[in-house]
Amino acid sequence: MGLEARLEQQGPIPLQAELSVAQGELVALVGPSGSGKTTLLRCLAGLYRAAGGRITVNGETWFDAERRIHLTPQARRCGLVFQHYALFPHLDALGNVMAALGQLPRQERRERARELLELVHLAGLEARRPAALSGGQQQRVALARALARDPRVLLLDEPFSAVDQVTRRKLQRELAQLRSRLGIPILLVTHDLEEAAALADRMVILHQGKSLQQGPPQEVLTRPASAEVARLVDLRNLYSGEILGQEPERGFTLLRWGDHVLEVRPQPERRRGERVCWVIPPGTVLLHRRDRPSRGERENPVEATVTEMVRLGENCSLELRALGRPQVAISLMLPTHVAQRNGVAPGEKVRVSLLADAIHLLDHDPSVA
Amino acid sequence: MEWQAFRLSLELAAWTTVILLPLALVIARFLAWHSFRGQSLVQALVALPLLLPPTVLGFYLLTAFASDGWLGRFYETLVGQPLAFTFEGLLLASILFNVPFAVQPMQRGFEAVSRDVREAAWCSGMSRWSTFLRIELPLAWPGLLSAFVLTFAHTLGEFGVVLMVGGSIPGETRTIAIAIYDRMQAFDESAAASMAAVLLGFSLAAITLVHVLGGRVGARRG
Repeated sequence: MGLEARLEQQGPIPLQAELSVAQGELVALVGPSGSGKTTLLRCLAGLYRAAGGRITVNGETWFDAERRIHLTPQARRCGLVFQHYALFPHLDALGNVMAALGQLPRQERRERARELLELVHLAGLEARRPAALSGGQQQRVALARALARDPRVLLLDEPFSAVDQVTRRKLQRELAQLRSRLGIPILLVTHDLEEAAALADRMVILHQGKSLQQGPPQEVLTRPASAEVARLVDLRNLYSGEILGQEPERGFTLLRWGDHVLEVRPQPERRRGERVCWVIPPGTVLLHRRDRPSRGERENPVEATVTEMVRLGENCSLELRALGRPQVAISLMLPTHVAQRNGVAPGEKVRVSLLADAIHLLDHDPSVA
Repeated sequence: MEWQAFRLSLELAAWTTVILLPLALVIARFLAWHSFRGQSLVQALVALPLLLPPTVLGFYLLTAFASDGWLGRFYETLVGQPLAFTFEGLLLASILFNVPFAVQPMQRGFEAVSRDVREAAWCSGMSRWSTFLRIELPLAWPGLLSAFVLTFAHTLGEFGVVLMVGGSIPGETRTIAIAIYDRMQAFDESAAASMAAVLLGFSLAAITLVHVLGGRVGARRG
């Protein structure tokens, strides 16, 4: 049940994507600009017809290239919130919502439109035209209009990209509250990884029209399926290495990384001598304290030199070069006060631990140093 | 004041708008939202009557309309009447030389309706026809209104082409612009002056109306 889609075509916009969204589930479709997110959404809404594939919603076929089925957008019961809302500029908020209530008898539309505007916290602004509404209010009208058809699927195309950050946070909270009341599949298109992690049950990584990985955000963001996904989710600590062997009794897989031998969360499917890539999220690179021993100090200790330190508000983004591996950088984030207390500065030597549990092995990729 | 000529001009303008505007609407809407091979050529053809001297356009039309011209002969076998120097011929010429005045403002009007808004209407369950009536038309309205007024007023004022293909047959092809010219040629300056004043007032009123209505729509849209 829910939404199931498989879309394929060679061109003009290449697509090779598969995704499913269960009833009541919120899935984030994530990818860089031009990765085909909006095209995929347009396929689901019936605004674009892919050459191949199939879309079903609760068992009802909306699109099937082989059987030559392609329901029109009007026939799809699909709520779509456009990136720039696409409100009808000549109609007021109430009129915008009523326009999407064609399935109801005329006299019931006004009442229902009022209810929907109330649901999105816009009571009292019914008579405002879009130009007289703020970005956040326009987004809410667009959401109310999308819900007006009593949709089987709700599609949101970067709905928070055109509002300021305070409004964005507020709208995100409202969406999180609303989704449990709706109980329908919701697909959220975004290029914001944090937004996806905060709102979605699962995320799908899309690149050049191809769905590369889907899973819970925490899994996708820390255990990417390939070096390509690692780059797309901004996991910069991506390196190549070689499997030295398995040590099941100590609960490790051993990995050679330059001069270092790293103990890694057991991943027994890797063969001895296999060339691999590996990643470690910046948050799991621990800085050793100068003054006294730190927790986990013996876990994959690496000596390094600080080559870059950028202060971003309360946190610092650090770049290190490991001794013996000067050609690759290690990124980590530290609270600024911790950096200061430990005398971390460009040119200084530091010791860090690479937490074994956080090291994730990937298939070899020739593009990784 | 030659009321017959004035009436003929009004009739010509009315028929021209009635026939041309629906056609122009279809063309303008298509040109606004589609791109295709040869689009530049089509755009150029649409704009051509703006740039061509009326006598040149009139010359070609007259050649085509004449009893031995391809269009004139075709028309005569079809209807049994000649095309040149008749009201029907004048109407056809008027429709052709007004194409840019009708198509271009409407095209600008439809271009102002974004694809997102139309698609949002479809996704809201509105049929294509309903989208056209309730979304596209109201939004493109200033352009449609301009097209109507420009076509109407321009027909009233057109001189060169009318003289070439219509001549000056009273009650058939003698429009007010021709009548003014004839009166001047006959040194009847007061008649020419009163007719010119009527035409001036009418044109000014028409253009003002466009601005007033256009401004009102703009305000309504916020």
